[in-house]
Amino acid sequence: MTADPKVREYEAGTYDVVVVGAGHAGCEAALAAARMGQKTLLITISLEMLAFMPCNPSVGGPAKGVVVREIDALGGEMGRNIDKTYVQMRMLNTGKGPAVRALRAQADKAAYHRSMKDTIEKEDNLDLRQGLVERLLVEDGTCVGVVAATGARYRAKSVVLTAGTSSRGKIIIGELMYSSGPNNSLPSIKLSEDLERQGFKLRRFKTGTPPRVDGNSIDFSQTEEQPGDTTPHAFSYETPDSVYLKDQMSCWMTYTNETTHTIIRANLDRAPMFSGVIKGVGPRYCPSIEDKVVRFADKPRHQLFLEPEGRDTEEYYVGDFSTSMPEEIQLKMLHSVAGLQHAELMRPGYAIEYDVIEPWQLTATMETKIVKNLFTAGQMNGTSGYEEAAGQGIMAGINAALRAQNKPGFTLKRSDAYIGVMIDDLVTKGTNEPYRLLTSRAEYRLILRHDNADLRLTEMGHELGLISDARYAKFQAKKAAIEDEIKRLETTRLKPSQVNDWLASINAAPLKDGVLASDFLRRPEVSYQDLMQFIPREMPLDHYVNEEVEISLKYAGYIEKEKQSIAKLERMEAKKIPDRIDYSAINGLATEARQKLTKIQPQTLAQASRISGVNPADVAILSVYVEQGRIAKVAPGA
Amino acid sequence: MAQTVTEYDTIAAISTPPGEGAISIVRLSGETAVQTANKLFKGKDLTKVATNTINYGHIIDPDSGEVVDEVMASVMRAPHTYTCEDIVEINCHGGIVGTNRVLQLVLGAGARMAEPGEFTKRAFLNGRVDLTEAESVMDLIRAKTDRAMQVAVDQLDGDLRKLITNLRQEILEVLAQVEVNIDYPEYDTDEMTTKMLREKAELVLGRVDELLQTANQGKVLRDGLATAIVGRPNVGKSSLLNHMLQEDKAIVTDVPGTTRDVLEEYVNVRGVPLKLVDTAGIRKTEDKVEKIGVERSRKAITQADLVLLVLDASQPLTAEDRELITLTKDKKRIVVLNKQDLPQQLDMAELADLVPETQLIRTSMLEVSGMDALDKQIKNLFFGGIENSQSTVMVTNARQSGMLRQAKASLKSVLSGIDAGMPIDLVQIDMTAAWDKLGEITGDAAPDELITQLFSQFCLGK
Repeated sequence: MTADPKVREYEAGTYDVVVVGAGHAGCEAALAAARMGQKTLLITISLEMLAFMPCNPSVGGPAKGVVVREIDALGGEMGRNIDKTYVQMRMLNTGKGPAVRALRAQADKAAYHRSMKDTIEKEDNLDLRQGLVERLLVEDGTCVGVVAATGARYRAKSVVLTAGTSSRGKIIIGELMYSSGPNNSLPSIKLSEDLERQGFKLRRFKTGTPPRVDGNSIDFSQTEEQPGDTTPHAFSYETPDSVYLKDQMSCWMTYTNETTHTIIRANLDRAPMFSGVIKGVGPRYCPSIEDKVVRFADKPRHQLFLEPEGRDTEEYYVGDFSTSMPEEIQLKMLHSVAGLQHAELMRPGYAIEYDVIEPWQLTATMETKIVKNLFTAGQMNGTSGYEEAAGQGIMAGINAALRAQNKPGFTLKRSDAYIGVMIDDLVTKGTNEPYRLLTSRAEYRLILRHDNADLRLTEMGHELGLISDARYAKFQAKKAAIEDEIKRLETTRLKPSQVNDWLASINAAPLKDGVLASDFLRRPEVSYQDLMQFIPREMPLDHYVNEEVEISLKYAGYIEKEKQSIAKLERMEAKKIPDRIDYSAINGLATEARQKLTKIQPQTLAQASRISGVNPADVAILSVYVEQGRIAKVAPGA
Repeated sequence: MAQTVTEYDTIAAISTPPGEGAISIVRLSGETAVQTANKLFKGKDLTKVATNTINYGHIIDPDSGEVVDEVMASVMRAPHTYTCEDIVEINCHGGIVGTNRVLQLVLGAGARMAEPGEFTKRAFLNGRVDLTEAESVMDLIRAKTDRAMQVAVDQLDGDLRKLITNLRQEILEVLAQVEVNIDYPEYDTDEMTTKMLREKAELVLGRVDELLQTANQGKVLRDGLATAIVGRPNVGKSSLLNHMLQEDKAIVTDVPGTTRDVLEEYVNVRGVPLKLVDTAGIRKTEDKVEKIGVERSRKAITQADLVLLVLDASQPLTAEDRELITLTKDKKRIVVLNKQDLPQQLDMAELADLVPETQLIRTSMLEVSGMDALDKQIKNLFFGGIENSQSTVMVTNARQSGMLRQAKASLKSVLSGIDAGMPIDLVQIDMTAAWDKLGEITGDAAPDELITQLFSQFCLGK
């Protein structure tokens, strides 16, 4: 069974949890498992690629930034790690409402990798090893370990696979195509073959990355500067304002033009995207520049961002210029852009095709339905993005650790977290393209804010043992402060005489009668800070508390609306469907519904109702069975 | 995004058999049954009354403040009720007119129209009904919900579907624009402003209002469908009128202090209330063979929503007949070919050029034949079975208008949110709700629509 009959297998160690792959998913998974007291091994193709960012040098943004905070509230590492290694921090969407504000950091790629590696090396219970895993050890449908190319056989109670884009990866640059993982790393070939042997359905996805150029050759004067924020922000709830970086690096904005587009159009026959060379499905939200030029032919220009890859490097990432054109054409394209006329190419852009596991083969705990005690996470499950990977990684790590201890699994609902939305989408609907989190995927985004991720999830993190008692105590103090201040504002009255002069000074309508401070705060022109001039506190609260109080009161009406819909949904979520129902034995289900239900095996009635092709009548019939407890219709041998 | 949560929301339906009775009951069941009824109820605060009490009061239209009916409302609280959920039963005065209006208001206030058998289904799901009945309940669900869905969707007039689909598309484009601004804040896509959002919301609200008005079944149900029986003298108008007034179907309202000229007569044809216009005129022209008929008919036609044009099939078409056919050309119309019992003299080829076959009903007042077909035709016209292609778009059932009202409420919240200075991504919550409600009317609720729109409408990177 081994790859090479000359290599002899040997027993290399016994663990509670083995995590394969040390990308953003793998690192979170391994840290979570180790911190939950499980003896954990993190094994990866190259230690130099640990927590490596093969594409854009940034973390966060709309929806993704919220995920980073959710990871932090669950005791994960991504937030802390980026807080230690960013070169620029910006709050996005500040002009909009609280539901969609989003933090984004530009990362120092090398520092990010080093810092994460350092954290992992110092973690108790966690071994880090370089190695290429080639197959799973499966006994009676249960995964009991992995075997590496060197013959090392690692035994484990549960295994997490986070192979990323390495799985049968293929890099494509124009007419050039070669087998490779991201950034010319070793690809993983045999593991994919083994997964297929186990019965997994795999499919091909494609993604791409833009060229990197030498900063010394960029004429920044022809571009627009985008500096970072001066007001302190951080991803981790544990990072104090005092360490906020003053000396930040800027990004630079420039545009393509008609010349660029002409070059692209003239060479479409050499573009693998169009010549039919690329078979994998690419993401709609991250199109290559050639794709954009073709699909939006009437747009005269496209925005580009020049982003530093770090402090100790001159490499710049040409954001939004993802391409798999031949290198020769890439150069011409780059040189047509303002500021890049003399740019020196350091690394060409490329497309990469890779295998993914169709994610409907997983349950909500990220365990596969095909092999027990095997969990998968990250890009391997058909997502794209470091944050999406890390969010799945921590969930897979937590569940692998729980499984190793024979404890019940841990899941997040759609109303708990973006992570919950993402995993539910993946396991319920599968995905036909690399999946990216967008705020529009969440039904309750006013509840899933970035400012309240700790309020939503810290409790759970603490229960899992991932949040220390000290941090938990601090969190509870914050929560109490928020509640007390809300109560104070809801019981304090303001008289017209107190506030009318100020209202007049900002040209706002005066008060006729006294109002509660909480109601006064609901006026659009009034902020929490404004309110404090009339009803000051002896000890001002920290700005995170203020923010929470302000949002909770100001948008109470909308928050209430969302809470009502959540309450409705939750009762459907509470209706669990027994495992492995034989849907063919349930009379009355429509044929399409029967097929879909059999394939997805939803765990709750709510999940069943989200499957396309399952109609309300089918859900009703299913609910009759669930209520009736007629579990006799469970598939034999399940 | 659309979420199908059909299990526990508050449902409502008329629980008494259709038709005229001394009382009719609108029943609500679900978590917010009491709150929903209370929004419309003037009397005691229903949310505070004890369980199993019956309470006197009035149902008020919250939009106009108008009193709709004097009612008794029974409040029964979970779990000791038929469905094991909170139930309110509103006892209305009998008559489809008032009861339907109450139902409409209840649906507008947030309840959902119950699917057939749904109260029983809930009773079963909540363990109230014997488990041995499971299979039959399931058959019921399968048979009725599928059919109900089918009927609900089939009832949709093609024009209405088109109109609502267009409205949804308008909203979708706005939503996609808002989304793209949120998910791609640094891109040079146009910023959707609250001003633009307001314009769109007002536009859609206007259309929804028109729909609710032109086709406001509630209004028709309240006032009756103004119906004129026209035709030249001696074609059988009077007999037709008398047949329609037979079988206790007539509701004759004698308005005090008025002459017989303004007497209004109502008939109930298979649940459709018809207000007969100028019945006195019919009698008069039949009485005296005078040529005042056409002038009088012209007036009646302008007042009518529905025209029953009676022709004498035993005689060739006269100039007067042709004039009436022309006059009623753009009306909702049924052409009654009476006197089928006599030898037929009417030139059907000529008539076919003037009147589409679908509008023709053959009757004999003497032999009392064809009345059933006429009743059916009236019902179909009203409930939209065979919608007249030249008529304006019409919302034809309570479920649809209930959803329209809910969409309207969401659109109003959009506007009040903008007025209150709320940020666009919050206002958008209500805009999305309006989109969802409209989608429920047409049965379209594809959750990935928005995201697909996002990527087809904008050029995005990252």
